Amino acid sequence: MNAPLIELRRVSKRFVKRPDAAARIAGLLGEPAREETVYAVDRVDLAIDEGEVVGLAGESGCGKSTLGRIAVGLLEPTEGSRWWRGREIASMPGAERRQARLAMQMIFQDSYAALNPRLRVQEIIGEAPLVHGLAEKQGQAEYVAEVMQRVGLDASLARGFPHQFSGGQRARIGIARALAVKPEFLVCDEALAALDVSIQAQVLNLFIDLRAEFSLTCLFISHDLAVVRHVSDRVLIMYLGRIVESAPTEEIYAAPNHPYTQALLEGVPRLDSGRRTYIPIRGEIPSPLAPPSGCHFHPRCPHAMPICREAQPALKEIAPGRLSACHLNDSKG
Amino acid sequence: MPSIPTLAVEGLRTHFFARAGVVKAVDDVSFSLGAGRIMGLVGESGSGKSVTGYSIMGLVDPPGRIVAGRVLLDGQNLLALAPDALRAMRGKRIAMIFQDPVMTLNPVLRIDTQMIEAIRAHERIGERAARERAREALARVGIASPDERLRAYPHQFSGGMRQRVAIAIAFLNRPEVIIADEPTTALDVTIQGQILYEVQRLCRESRTALLWITHDLSLVAAIADEVAVMYAGRLVEQGEADAVLRAPLHPYTRGLILSLPSRNERGKPLRQIPGTPPSLLGLPSGCAFRDRCPRATEACLAEPPLSTIGARAVRCFHPHQGEPAASEETSGSAA
Ligand SMILES: Nc1ncnc2c1ncn2[C@@H]1O[C@H](COP(=O)(O)OP(=O)(O)O)[C@@H](O)[C@H]1O
Ligand SMILES: Nc1ncnc2c1ncn2[C@@H]1O[C@H](COP(=O)(O)OP(=O)(O)O)[C@@H](O)[C@H]1O
Ligand code: SF4
Ligand code: SF4
Ligand SMILES: [Mg+2]
Ligand SMILES: [Mg+2]
Repeated sequence: MNAPLIELRRVSKRFVKRPDAAARIAGLLGEPAREETVYAVDRVDLAIDEGEVVGLAGESGCGKSTLGRIAVGLLEPTEGSRWWRGREIASMPGAERRQARLAMQMIFQDSYAALNPRLRVQEIIGEAPLVHGLAEKQGQAEYVAEVMQRVGLDASLARGFPHQFSGGQRARIGIARALAVKPEFLVCDEALAALDVSIQAQVLNLFIDLRAEFSLTCLFISHDLAVVRHVSDRVLIMYLGRIVESAPTEEIYAAPNHPYTQALLEGVPRLDSGRRTYIPIRGEIPSPLAPPSGCHFHPRCPHAMPICREAQPALKEIAPGRLSACHLNDSKG
Repeated sequence: MPSIPTLAVEGLRTHFFARAGVVKAVDDVSFSLGAGRIMGLVGESGSGKSVTGYSIMGLVDPPGRIVAGRVLLDGQNLLALAPDALRAMRGKRIAMIFQDPVMTLNPVLRIDTQMIEAIRAHERIGERAARERAREALARVGIASPDERLRAYPHQFSGGMRQRVAIAIAFLNRPEVIIADEPTTALDVTIQGQILYEVQRLCRESRTALLWITHDLSLVAAIADEVAVMYAGRLVEQGEADAVLRAPLHPYTRGLILSLPSRNERGKPLRQIPGTPPSLLGLPSGCAFRDRCPRATEACLAEPPLSTIGARAVRCFHPHQGEPAASEETSGSAA
């Protein structure tokens, strides 16, 4: 069997929060201000096969963006390793590593913040291909025009600045910029979240087209479970830095295993479910600075048992192609 | 004898007189809502949902102005009230929950100070009784250890908790009407679920008429009795939520529903609405949806009136005739 296109092995990312000014002043008055550590991503394994679209869902702060940035190489993991086509990236020779780096691109949620406001669209899209020899200086304008047309942008607007475009158009500029370097692996981080409903459908359709045309491999990050379901082959659910469930899309939506996945899916309003009374899951997402012991979900879990407070459940196979991290699966073992 | 609705909006027009021209943010909007009923007001951003909410509350600031219409609370026109009388009404008989709870909460005051003040602004009641009422209100929206929470400042709360406090304040005086402007849009699904649960329960208990503003049709399906759809400042369709969502009459409503992932085959392109919502500045005459509408004809160059079909209303010359917006329908975008 072929090696996965991209693989992360036991990657972790810790952020150290230095005390801010207010905490330091409070520190002068008594309590000493301490450095605090956030386990944004906690020993995650992730392998994505060529051509696969993997959806990554979970509530805000659970580590989705951090994991996505590690995957494309925008963030160094604190621990763990990254592999590209079966080879560890850190041990690749420089030229090859740059090649791999270029083959991985990211599309961001806030296209406005992600696009340099002082650059013309032509430069935003055309710069990287020029630097990396995918386009010649003389051919740059045509190259950019071609990419713009491909994402449904009017190529005559190439000399415009980001602020002159609508939200939907800016999302397309972000997609064009990533596509311009002919990537093989794309991380889309909430790329639709800031868009209006009717524009979301248009950009999602563009994504579906491009994926087929360029046989892109993709990590599709979204808090919108309906969108994740539509585009993904497989879905990962994250909670407080850990992946708690991984399964083929149809299966996870039909029969979620992990109580957190169940709570998430239960909580999403659906057009077809009609009027209903919510019976919500209790509690809030705990602070990632002090995550609960054992299973991070235990304070909110309707099935929590004594062991859940003590031992972290391993993410293990519960059926072919399905992983879940819950002690409830132990007894069925 | 027909009873008087709790909230009736009649021919409301709110325009902004900007330097670049007149923005008709709300243009001839009418609807009514009975006690204990929930109406979802849906539309894309810029369609006039928030301005409708602010107009009902009498909170429109220059360069905006309500140029026509009536807002009737139990038959009494709020727009004809003196500013003082309206202020006395707000927070007592009609309240608003904003997307950002910062609009309700003062960051430099403790929660108890703010809640007690909100109660005593409308009622001659002692400090201690007011505090007890505030405590109960927090407990009612699912806040654990309310005594401790009362002594906290807003910044000590999570976003979801702040929104709960804002909701507790809105329901404090058991108002007849609450306008909720996308209160859960910024929150996570599990927190949204909790808030929907509390709000549904409070509406039932206090028979409050709730206008819930959102861009999310699925959310409307889950909580609303009725739905009103806005496009470019106008109401284009309205009726019982179940009926409208099952068989929309207006091409825009139908387009929105059919573009939802849940109404499309997984992995396949969605049946999208082409084009973008129009700018309200210098909106051409006629139907504002014309450029994006698959049913548009010459007739649509004129302004479509709001016509009633049974218990439903639609603003369109060529409405659908009650065909369901089903998943099996073949895609219109074959190209
Ligand atoms: N640069 C950073 N410095 C400190 N903490 C961070 C940084 N980036 C993310 N975090 C923290 O890491 C956690 C995960 O964040 P993130 O990956 O953005 O989550 P998500 O994308 O799922 O919302 C959060 O608690 C967040 O506050
Ligand atoms: N203070 C203002 N000045 C000028 N135009 C405004 C102002 N506030 C709102 N508008 C306009 O009114 C229209 C409707 O806005 P709004 O009600 O906020 O839309 P929604 O809540 O549906 O997203 C928008 O086109 C907006 O530009
Ligand atoms: S391990 Fe225990 S607390 Fe965690 S999800 Fe499973 S049953 Fe719930
Ligand atoms: S009036 Fe005409 S253009 Fe407008 S929605 Fe109806 S059919 Fe379409
Ligand atoms: Mg994120
Ligand atoms: Mg609004």
